[in-house]
Amino acid sequence: MNLNVKTIVAIGIGAALFFVLGRFAVVPVFANTNLSFQYAVLAFFAVLFGPIAGVLIGLIGHILIDMSWGWGIWWSWIIVSGVVGCGFGFVVRYAKIEQNDFTIPLIIRFVIGTIIVNLIGWGLIAPGLDILIYQQPVNHVFTQGLFAFVGNAVTTAVVGTLLLFAYNKAQPKAESLYKE
Amino acid sequence: MNPLIEFENYTFKYRAQIEPSLVDINLKIYPGEKILILGPSGSGKSTLASCINGMIPFAYKGTFSGSCRLNGLETAHQSIFDLSKTVGTVLQDTDGQFVGLTAGEDIAFSLENNCTPLHEMTSRVSKAAQMTGLLDEQLKSSPFDLSGGQKQRVSMSGILVDDVQVLLFDEPLASLDPATGEQAIDLIHQIQQTEQNTIIIIEHRLEDVLFRPIDRIILMKDGRIIADVAPLELLASNLLRETGLREPLYVSALKYANADIQPISSLSDKAKQAVNNWYNAANPPTVPPQNNPLLKVENLHFTYPETATKTLQNINFTITEGEILSVVGTNGAGKSTLAKLICGFEQPSEGKIFLRNADVTSQTIAERAKQIGYVMQNPNQMICKPLIYDEVALGLTNQVNSEKQTPAEIREQVEATLEICGLYPFRNWPVSALSYGQKKRVTIASVLVLAPKIIILDEPTAGQDYKHYTEIMKFLQKLQSEGVTIILITHDMHLMLEYAPRALVFSKGNLLADMPSSDLLCNPILSKTASLKETSLFHLAAECNISDAPAFTRCFIEREINS
Amino acid sequence: MANRTAGLTYIEKNTPLHKMTGGAKLLMLLFMSLAAMITFDTRLLVVLVVVAISLFVVAKMPIKEMKMIFSILAFIMAVNLVVSYLFSPEEGVAIYGSRTELFHIIGRYYITREQLFYQLNVTIKYFAILPLAMVFFVTTDSSEFAASLNAIGVNYKIAYSVSLALRYIPSVLREYHDISQAQQARGIDISKNVKLSKRIIGIATIMFPLIITSIDKIDRIAGAMELRSFGKHKKRTWYKARPFKKLDYAAVAVSLLFIVAAVLLNFVNGGRFFNPFS
Ligand SMILES: Nc1ncnc2c1ncn2[C@@H]1O[C@H](COP(=O)(O)OP(=O)(O)OP(=O)(O)O)[C@@H](O)[C@H]1O
Ligand SMILES: Nc1ncnc2c1ncn2[C@@H]1O[C@H](COP(=O)(O)OP(=O)(O)OP(=O)(O)O)[C@@H](O)[C@H]1O
Ligand SMILES: [Mg+2]
Ligand SMILES: [Mg+2]
Repeated sequence: MNLNVKTIVAIGIGAALFFVLGRFAVVPVFANTNLSFQYAVLAFFAVLFGPIAGVLIGLIGHILIDMSWGWGIWWSWIIVSGVVGCGFGFVVRYAKIEQNDFTIPLIIRFVIGTIIVNLIGWGLIAPGLDILIYQQPVNHVFTQGLFAFVGNAVTTAVVGTLLLFAYNKAQPKAESLYKE
Repeated sequence: MNPLIEFENYTFKYRAQIEPSLVDINLKIYPGEKILILGPSGSGKSTLASCINGMIPFAYKGTFSGSCRLNGLETAHQSIFDLSKTVGTVLQDTDGQFVGLTAGEDIAFSLENNCTPLHEMTSRVSKAAQMTGLLDEQLKSSPFDLSGGQKQRVSMSGILVDDVQVLLFDEPLASLDPATGEQAIDLIHQIQQTEQNTIIIIEHRLEDVLFRPIDRIILMKDGRIIADVAPLELLASNLLRETGLREPLYVSALKYANADIQPISSLSDKAKQAVNNWYNAANPPTVPPQNNPLLKVENLHFTYPETATKTLQNINFTITEGEILSVVGTNGAGKSTLAKLICGFEQPSEGKIFLRNADVTSQTIAERAKQIGYVMQNPNQMICKPLIYDEVALGLTNQVNSEKQTPAEIREQVEATLEICGLYPFRNWPVSALSYGQKKRVTIASVLVLAPKIIILDEPTAGQDYKHYTEIMKFLQKLQSEGVTIILITHDMHLMLEYAPRALVFSKGNLLADMPSSDLLCNPILSKTASLKETSLFHLAAECNISDAPAFTRCFIEREINS
Repeated sequence: MANRTAGLTYIEKNTPLHKMTGGAKLLMLLFMSLAAMITFDTRLLVVLVVVAISLFVVAKMPIKEMKMIFSILAFIMAVNLVVSYLFSPEEGVAIYGSRTELFHIIGRYYITREQLFYQLNVTIKYFAILPLAMVFFVTTDSSEFAASLNAIGVNYKIAYSVSLALRYIPSVLREYHDISQAQQARGIDISKNVKLSKRIIGIATIMFPLIITSIDKIDRIAGAMELRSFGKHKKRTWYKARPFKKLDYAAVAVSLLFIVAAVLLNFVNGGRFFNPFS
């Protein structure tokens, strides 16, 4: 497999970020509902480093989160983290915007693209796997999936866009630097 | 003898830049030499190093012309892997260099990548560890259990496992306390003595590097080599001052005394006499009187949740209004932690903090931020806006100091601060394009602009050259004369001596001493326990039979400030 | 280390499980989990749960931690049972094709034998799958993870990224902590007192420096790794690798048997479920 060293390091650091944000940086919204931001970071890294990085960051990061809670590994949802990570990598490639601005059409593409990916992941695959492995009732798993979809889709779209926008602005463009 | 490294009319331009960062470099380095590369921040030292180890042209994007050869072969025609067989690099940032989960794995890293069989690997790792004085049981430690100096030994061992010809160090001393830095320089020297490698060191801390002999100093400015001379020759000239770099203190003292420049150990009697004459003519200033107390720390204890031992214990001190104070001590002594406690980032497990006699121990970060500004050790942790201007303006627009200002007022204030910190030409640059030293100045600017009553600066001079740091310090002194209190956390003994009359000395979580800085460095026992280092002024005084070294130091500082 | 920041820690002990190579344990984990996922045969699931618990015992896992794991798991299962029942009280009836009513609660909610048996199966299944991985994590030094993954055929570069993740989690965590404090000092408020939209923007502001430092770090680490020959060859050796021994082969073989059993039982039972009602 032709993986360059930077992608490998990005997978490691990305997974570490995914872990820290998913495990320690949860923001309570109202009773019993938390917002967490690891999928925004996943989308950011997948856009920058591609779908392979996306899959692996999702898988490794999510396994580490489950492991750190200490009571078991929820394989079906881990797989979904990998799948959405991969999907995010196909929505927009950063190479395309590296030398340009993160313009409105690209933002729209990113927002709609990640919503679709999240919908497929949390709305279809996650419930599907829970039915396949555990034979859980259909309406039960789809309701669960719907909640996960809404939370993750909103944070990915909003925070992901903000991050990409700011990052793009913070990167120097070719032949752009001179002292005023 | 053929040169090992040879640059010929070499020019390099980063893709994002309009101007080249290396211009017309001509340089020959021969096997077994020990070279120091010196120059102001942003002069292209690291860029030059990247050309030698192959990061340029293989990892950084840009264009070059001319020739750069290693062992007679163009580097651009080889691969980064070929080059790494000859050149071993120790980077400044130990967190990034230390990739293994334990010291042993990290040392073995390059052997693993070269498919070395396990049994051979084990013996080579322990041999390399021995070379830098690491113990066998330390091979099992994680980077979080090792001190800064130990981590650097691991990095060095990780390079020494391969028989590289060239050892390249980019700012090896940057985050080490003075005594650990001295040990590192000594270690590099010993390794060269036994292994006969070629050594290239990039470092701002000239006086510390000169602790052991150097063959040649390459002086860079604006991407060009402006001098390539023996150390003594450079010290005797005025080139360092002209380039905006710091001379070793004893050299400045000798120049003030109009004596010939020689190493301290071989001073002529004439020079000694000249120093004595100068000292007798000057009269040492007295220690200034104390003002009203402003910040008082009482019986402070603190432990991080995940650690077993106390990070700080039983700390007591008082700071008066308009004082400049330095906090010094070993790596990991708890200096940055103390700053976090004062700013309310962490809550003490015991003890109280008073600000103007009011107990602020239970105030939130935001409340304390109105009066206390903290420039953190690592600038990357503070910068949260993509553009420099916005970053400096952030605190004002968020009304941290509870003043509502019009956009025009904000702009005026921000631009004035950028000017002071030497950042005005860069105000529209994205943050990622700045060097470490420049980023550090951005964070200083973003705190200065809020005009706090107390400013805490954590390692303000790390990665800074003398010119910029003098400008910032002059500005801070001006603020001080207007009544602002300044706390400098630093490993830089020059900074402490020159600007902070009083020093708090920490070691392993204890406050060891609270005394005038000029006395501190003349106290060998205290210096040793706190991992500090006597300055060369102390040695010069001893060599010239001046018994009151603190007074000699104070005279020197007085002279420096007036020049 | 990662597990230092989390609840569970690898502790050096002298048990057969600690002596096994990481690679063998990983394969065991994989095969047993797969078997438990495939089958719904109550007997096999019970066997798998018993094996999992005995592995915990063999690994000399402290009783206190085992209690904690299993009681949290039991709590989650209880919630799951209730919710799942509320959503679909007749799931078991549909699966087993018969209906033996025990009593009526209210409205459409009846307790049937089939439903009880079905929910019992689901619960056992969770117990067979979820905790198994913990055995692997508490008996394997995290330094050995990457070597183990590579040993069972994962590309060595990908395996190394796992090691990097474990290496840098504590750094990232500390950074996150420092950054959020520094930003609070500059007037960014993410507490409950501000509007949700403001809070999200505040979080993004905190995440920005975290991401930027991380990207910088990626560049520096990648540089440092390349300068020490990472990626030079098609394979690499591992300082922490250990060769497979008899015990390792045996354990892998036994766990393979579980998969075989799971597949065979599918045929015997004429489906994934073991049906005692027909
Ligand atoms: N990756 C890069 N992209 C664009 N410009 C760069 C890059 N790295 C460095 N530069 C520019 O090249 C010049 C030389 O930088 P370099 O890092 O070599 O300086 P230095 O002498 O090592 O400084 P310091 O003492 O602060 O480390 C600077 O003006 C810097 O802005
Ligand atoms: N966030 C943290 N969590 C746990 N331990 C920490 C944390 N920050 C620092 N420490 C530990 O507390 C001790 C004191 O650290 P601190 O950063 O205050 O030292 P310092 O005196 O500033 O050192 P240096 O000169 O290297 O900057 C060290 O042993 C360090 O490893
Ligand atoms: Mg540099
Ligand atoms: Mg510190």
